[in-house]
Amino acid sequence: MLEVIDVGGLATIQDAGRTGWRRFGVPLAGPVDRFAFEAANLLVGNQPGAAALEIGAGDITLRAQHDCVIAVTGLGYELSVSTWEFPLWGSCLLRGGWTMSLARRGFGMWAYIATAGGFEAPRVLGSRSTYLRGRFGGLDGRLLQPGHVLRSASTSPRLMEAAARTLPEAARPPYGPGPILDVIPGPQAGRFSLGDTAAFYSSEYRLSASSDRMGYRLDGPSLREARQPELTSEGMTVGSIQIAADGQPIAMMADSATAGGYPKIGCITSACLPLLAQCTPGQDAVRFHQTTVEAAQSQYRSLISALLAGIADADD
Amino acid sequence: MDRTLLPLGDSALLIHFGDDIDLATNRRVHSVDAHLRLHPPAGVVELVPAYATLLVHYDPLVISYAEVAEWVRSQMDRAQEAAARPRARIDVPVRYGGEHGPDLRSVAELHGATASQIVRLHTSRDYTVFMMGFTPGFPYMGRLDDGLVTPRLETPRTRVAAGSVGIAGAQTGIYPIDSPGGWRILGRTSLSLFDLSAAEPFLFAPGDTVRFMMESLDA
Repeated sequence: MLEVIDVGGLATIQDAGRTGWRRFGVPLAGPVDRFAFEAANLLVGNQPGAAALEIGAGDITLRAQHDCVIAVTGLGYELSVSTWEFPLWGSCLLRGGWTMSLARRGFGMWAYIATAGGFEAPRVLGSRSTYLRGRFGGLDGRLLQPGHVLRSASTSPRLMEAAARTLPEAARPPYGPGPILDVIPGPQAGRFSLGDTAAFYSSEYRLSASSDRMGYRLDGPSLREARQPELTSEGMTVGSIQIAADGQPIAMMADSATAGGYPKIGCITSACLPLLAQCTPGQDAVRFHQTTVEAAQSQYRSLISALLAGIADADD
Repeated sequence: MDRTLLPLGDSALLIHFGDDIDLATNRRVHSVDAHLRLHPPAGVVELVPAYATLLVHYDPLVISYAEVAEWVRSQMDRAQEAAARPRARIDVPVRYGGEHGPDLRSVAELHGATASQIVRLHTSRDYTVFMMGFTPGFPYMGRLDDGLVTPRLETPRTRVAAGSVGIAGAQTGIYPIDSPGGWRILGRTSLSLFDLSAAEPFLFAPGDTVRFMMESLDA
């Protein structure tokens, strides 16, 4: 059990997400950086989609009420356990009574804390993910608060085996400022003029400060196509890049609406979404590079294979 | 590339049936949706029907785009109207006008009609739930009688009460929870649109038939 001593920013419980309900308008939710989330779970021996803590744009301090093993992944934080500093992307033992803190530092936005067995929370529509706008999932649909006691579903008898593992950097995506994001042209890509398409793939877009779990707004050259009428609403997915009425792109993130009526110029690949996720709103910029669905799926399979191999090596 | 099947990123495939809001196209969407949901291959996660499209979400670590496309292509033409699940028919009682329907009077004025004529038009036909979205449980329904087609509010409200029944263009819908909104509000229902603890949490499903009933009118 972990007690929340202090917390700021967007700290929630997330699991793999709420599938099966998008036809009713319920967003997927789940982690913004799915790679870091899955890595944290795998490091403590969980299934990749077990419920973990997502920490965004704020600090957190937790106190262990008894011995447990945690893993912390992500970017933009420094981790201290009791009086020691630890690198992220590793697991460690927390003795009962010890505290652990994450404090913001350097490039990155989101960190994930997994514990062996996964965190307990009631399933709502089959998922423990917090959906803040809908006010359900996780801890009554709310942010973590000081005083919350977070229970893990079970304690592994092989507790010590999961401590002190590290995922090597080579097994992680190439996180960092100014990423080039692979984009698969979207269903309405043909509606954009050659000039607009060229501008989109050759310009720098800066993340607007008004970005959140639902979507990252991007500021750059305005694409004229967006001045045409909206299309008939259709389903969309995490990573979809809608061109809003002002001609600016919005990249849909974990809490994306299930459908939208703006034209989609393309969709960011699964392998590149973590790179965008960790960029800081109001600060970092990205560029886009056109790819194909076949190349994207092959790249994503390689990324996850490298993650699984890295976890296997972490035991050595 | 196939004109009707398109990738939306590396984990979804869009089936495109048309560009417009019409009943025949939407009926085709729902019958293909019902047919595909009978025996989905491993890796197909969920299907999201909309006005004139059907989005197939899948896990690219389990199944490739080419495999999903092949499955859809092989099944699409087998979808029959009969394969669609029995359409639920739901009656929705509405208190029209007054505090429950703050836009009823202005909608009547826009159309040069009385409030009771507007209510009669709104309650005079069955509507199809074309799709759901916006907020959990929000049904997009239509089509309205041509005499009731009305543009959205120029300035959306910051808060529309749960249960509010509104119209926008040729559509009508119901707000499941308090939320911002730009539809013109004719009335309010006391029906609850979802109950997350129930086995079937949502009152409506895409493809359902809905009829509004006048419970009261405050003209």
